[in-house]
Amino acid sequence: MELSQKTIHEINELLKKKEVTVTEVTQSVINRIDAVEGSTDAYLRVQPEQALAMAKIVDDKLKARKKISPLEGIPYGLKDNLCTKGILTTCASKMLYNFVPPYNAHVYNLLIEEGGILLGKTNMDEFAMGSSTENSAYKVTKNPWDLNKVPGGSSGGSAVAVASDTAYYSLGSDTGGSIRQPASFCGVVGMKPTYGLVSRYGLVAFASSLDQIGPFTKDVEDCALVLNAIVGHDEKDSTSLKLEKKDYTKNLKQGVKGLRIGVAQAFFGEGLQPEVRKSLEDAIAVYKILGAEIVDVSFQYLDYALSAYYLISSAEASSNLARYDGIRYGFRAEEYDGLVDLYRKTRSQGFGEEVKRRIMLGTHALSSGYYDAYYKKAMQVRTLIKEDFDQVFKSCDVLLTPTSPTTAFGIGEKTNNPLEMYLTDIYTVPVNIAGIPGISIPCGLDQAGMPIGMQLLGPALSEKALLKAAWAFENETNIKNLKAPLGKEV
Amino acid sequence: MEYEIVIGMEIHVELGTKSKIFCSCPTEFGAEENTHTCPVCLGMPGVLPVLNEKVVEYATRAGLALGCEIAHYSKMDRKNYFYPDLPKAYQTSQFDLPICNGGVIEIEVDGIKKDVGITRIHIEEDAGKLLHESVDGTLVDVNRCGVPLIEIVSEPDMSSAEEARAFGEKVRNILEYTGVSDCKMQEGSMRFDVNLSMREKGATVLGTRTEMKNLNSFRALIRAVHYESKRQIIELKKGHVITQETRKWDDTKGTSSSLRSKEEAHDYRYFPEPDLVPIVIEADYIAKIKAALPELPEAKKQRYMDEYKLPEYDAGVLTATGILANFFEEAVGLYNEPKQISNWLMVEIPPLLKEKELCMENISITPLMLTELLKLVKDDTISGTSGKEVLKEMFSTGKNPGDIVKDKGLAQMSDTTELEAIIEKIVAANPKSVEDIGAGSDKAYGFLTGQVMKATKGQANPQVANEIIRAVVAKHLG
Amino acid sequence: MSLTREDVTYVANLARLEFSDDEVTALADQLGAVLDYAQTLSELDTSQVKATEHVLAMKNVFREDVVKPCLTNEEALANAPESEAGCFKVPRVME
Repeated sequence: MELSQKTIHEINELLKKKEVTVTEVTQSVINRIDAVEGSTDAYLRVQPEQALAMAKIVDDKLKARKKISPLEGIPYGLKDNLCTKGILTTCASKMLYNFVPPYNAHVYNLLIEEGGILLGKTNMDEFAMGSSTENSAYKVTKNPWDLNKVPGGSSGGSAVAVASDTAYYSLGSDTGGSIRQPASFCGVVGMKPTYGLVSRYGLVAFASSLDQIGPFTKDVEDCALVLNAIVGHDEKDSTSLKLEKKDYTKNLKQGVKGLRIGVAQAFFGEGLQPEVRKSLEDAIAVYKILGAEIVDVSFQYLDYALSAYYLISSAEASSNLARYDGIRYGFRAEEYDGLVDLYRKTRSQGFGEEVKRRIMLGTHALSSGYYDAYYKKAMQVRTLIKEDFDQVFKSCDVLLTPTSPTTAFGIGEKTNNPLEMYLTDIYTVPVNIAGIPGISIPCGLDQAGMPIGMQLLGPALSEKALLKAAWAFENETNIKNLKAPLGKEV
Repeated sequence: MEYEIVIGMEIHVELGTKSKIFCSCPTEFGAEENTHTCPVCLGMPGVLPVLNEKVVEYATRAGLALGCEIAHYSKMDRKNYFYPDLPKAYQTSQFDLPICNGGVIEIEVDGIKKDVGITRIHIEEDAGKLLHESVDGTLVDVNRCGVPLIEIVSEPDMSSAEEARAFGEKVRNILEYTGVSDCKMQEGSMRFDVNLSMREKGATVLGTRTEMKNLNSFRALIRAVHYESKRQIIELKKGHVITQETRKWDDTKGTSSSLRSKEEAHDYRYFPEPDLVPIVIEADYIAKIKAALPELPEAKKQRYMDEYKLPEYDAGVLTATGILANFFEEAVGLYNEPKQISNWLMVEIPPLLKEKELCMENISITPLMLTELLKLVKDDTISGTSGKEVLKEMFSTGKNPGDIVKDKGLAQMSDTTELEAIIEKIVAANPKSVEDIGAGSDKAYGFLTGQVMKATKGQANPQVANEIIRAVVAKHLG
Repeated sequence: MSLTREDVTYVANLARLEFSDDEVTALADQLGAVLDYAQTLSELDTSQVKATEHVLAMKNVFREDVVKPCLTNEEALANAPESEAGCFKVPRVME
């Protein structure tokens, strides 16, 4: 097995035993990038020289000591909406085609401290708006399981990098499923932590009350390791939680005996691909064998989550994206007549279609005469959905759902129908509305050989329980060994 | 038909915190353009605000000083609009749940007292500055972006320019006392917006109002109110209706012009700021701030009348600014002659300030220096007239009064032998005056005293001189 | 409750976006469809429901009033499309 195909914890073992060097590890991933990136287009930009230079520095440090932290010397990718000082950060938008931030995202600082090796910035839907990564202004990322299919989105590039072994892990952002849905489409592990657990400072805002940063990894143990590194209070983010540091790998392998796993009909409704349903039923059977207790639970307001989500997220986005005006940074239209025209031309030419659509939707939802009917209503429904989850988690510890109603769809298949595209997020958005954590792990393949993802949800700050349940499933099945066929071709 | 003016005011006050409201950039006035900025106040992608705790404290203090209720729960909101001086394209402000509600302060114009209600006070951030010095464009300086502001909104309780001015002055006075702002109008630390409408005298229904923005001095405030009320009366008399609009006051031209009408008014799309959490203020916090509030002008004035037995007028003048009041109190502490000190502060010092274009905060005279001077006058070391001269000298040189008296030889002559000799000469040289006195006219005494003062360059102690003159004249009349 | 072309134009102006006639029509349709879907929310009686502005029950997050280093003028302007005399530059603003 190539070094690039291994997991973080496997590489960490090898580095600990000094069987490999960080340079070898990094070179192996760079070779892999050279081999497959041309087919997948996971990255917007790769920085091999900088990565190798950093690898050398870490190697030198490691020579002198025995101890090594879990992410030290591990190459990774960052979604291009995470600010990197001195390194282009575009959000896959023409609007920020030349933007070089003079500051780092808090999570990037943490990974620098860990001694991580940044390989590059990954592709995404422009400003994280989309479910297929087709809304990138620069390239279309392909699903490594079938290059004619989308990787999901918006963090498609980050998912594909991990699925195609061009990064050991990557960070993405999840506003309505943007980590979990692409993780599911690409057959990797993806987690959206509890709102407030990971600092949003330096994450280019889409919808501030819903955005959360999280990891993509090859297995559940790696997910716990990355979480250990990125979770923590940050005084620069007012919504960052002040909690004691937890070790998410502790008791990870304890099993699920006695764990109450909830299953709700609301997540198995119309439009669910039969193979996804079947795969979830199989997963339930696995959990029963493992000694978990399966509990039927029900929701009252889940059907309203998607509407509430699109109104809230678009409203916040319309305000968050108003700062892109061609004055202080980024794109400015070449020709304009006066200030107002400068705004209009810059914004109309700099933003892609989907971004403009959301800005329009959000502006409308907040505008005079509509605020109560749309924005306020959505925020009230948010309360109902949150209470729904509170109620459900009284009778179960975690909730098992499909991540997405279907497996990855074809490139171009849904681009002309925004509403249909939005419907692919139907199982992921309630989680962001309620601010709770969710993890997507692979649970099978459909007949076409595309990965199916299942989602485990829990109450706020239940990450450990989710990881434990996810690990137990992963350990019991051979799902982890399924690799994107792209590996075989090259 | 007779009309009356109805005025409500919005006052923006920059709070005197060290750092900005949501980031750690300094608030200092007058820095080089765009050197007090960071990714947060530049509105760069992905940055987040964190509220400065002093802003909450100062707003609470201001609210209490202006008689407001402090809200237990308040929150920040976004006010969305595009303008080059607003980097995020939204101003972080407070919409429906401001930090303070419902205060009242008393104003006085021409001896008539009146209550003016305060509707609310909210916290917000200042915008940047546009500079119009480029030949082919406008330049943007972001330094002021994020300087903390409170906006004080009054009830439409004022009915003249003078009342509006009195309200503005009272608010400034109180805020300056509480130390939440330097209220320097010339630096834009305090700005007025005026909402003005006319109604038939005695009517209760309000007329259509216009809003005049950014009046940066009391002079501008008064002139703008005069201009706008006249303009509205003319319109009304012509039978026109007043359009609800925002108007801009041009202080150089002395006119106002329409900025935008209600129809074109912004749709600000206010919504709760998701990046900031609610502000919850508990009773003990309010109690603590209340306890630490300095004595406010109203109370101080009363105390001056009770404790120092000063007339109401004196007490009012002395408490008009915190600096003057502090100066006075320090002086009284050194020399317990309140009325004397008050007289000098009210009568002698203001003309000197005016002449040198100074204000109380940057004069070279200390309370100690003033009281020393007053003591010299009191114990007859110098005359009152010389005292004024010494004060002037103190003003320009900052020297001690004692030194000035010595340097200039201003000490009064109370040495009777020397004085007797001078008086002998003067009386001998003016037989006509002696005759007049002999004939029963006392007026000539005044003339002789004048001559003595002239001869001694004012250093003769007038009382002593008078006694000697009388004795010498009596001798001559024999 | 679909969206009219006038609604689209009004909102576009607020958002400082401009669209061709065809785009306006398309947006009226697409946004109209999303809004129609969102109409289901009106089925719910939320008159007694508080809005959730924050999923976290957080309050009073403040920073100390301390000054920290700023960006230099060069750093502040480094990304600006146009600048002059240490300032960002825009077309002349009529006040």
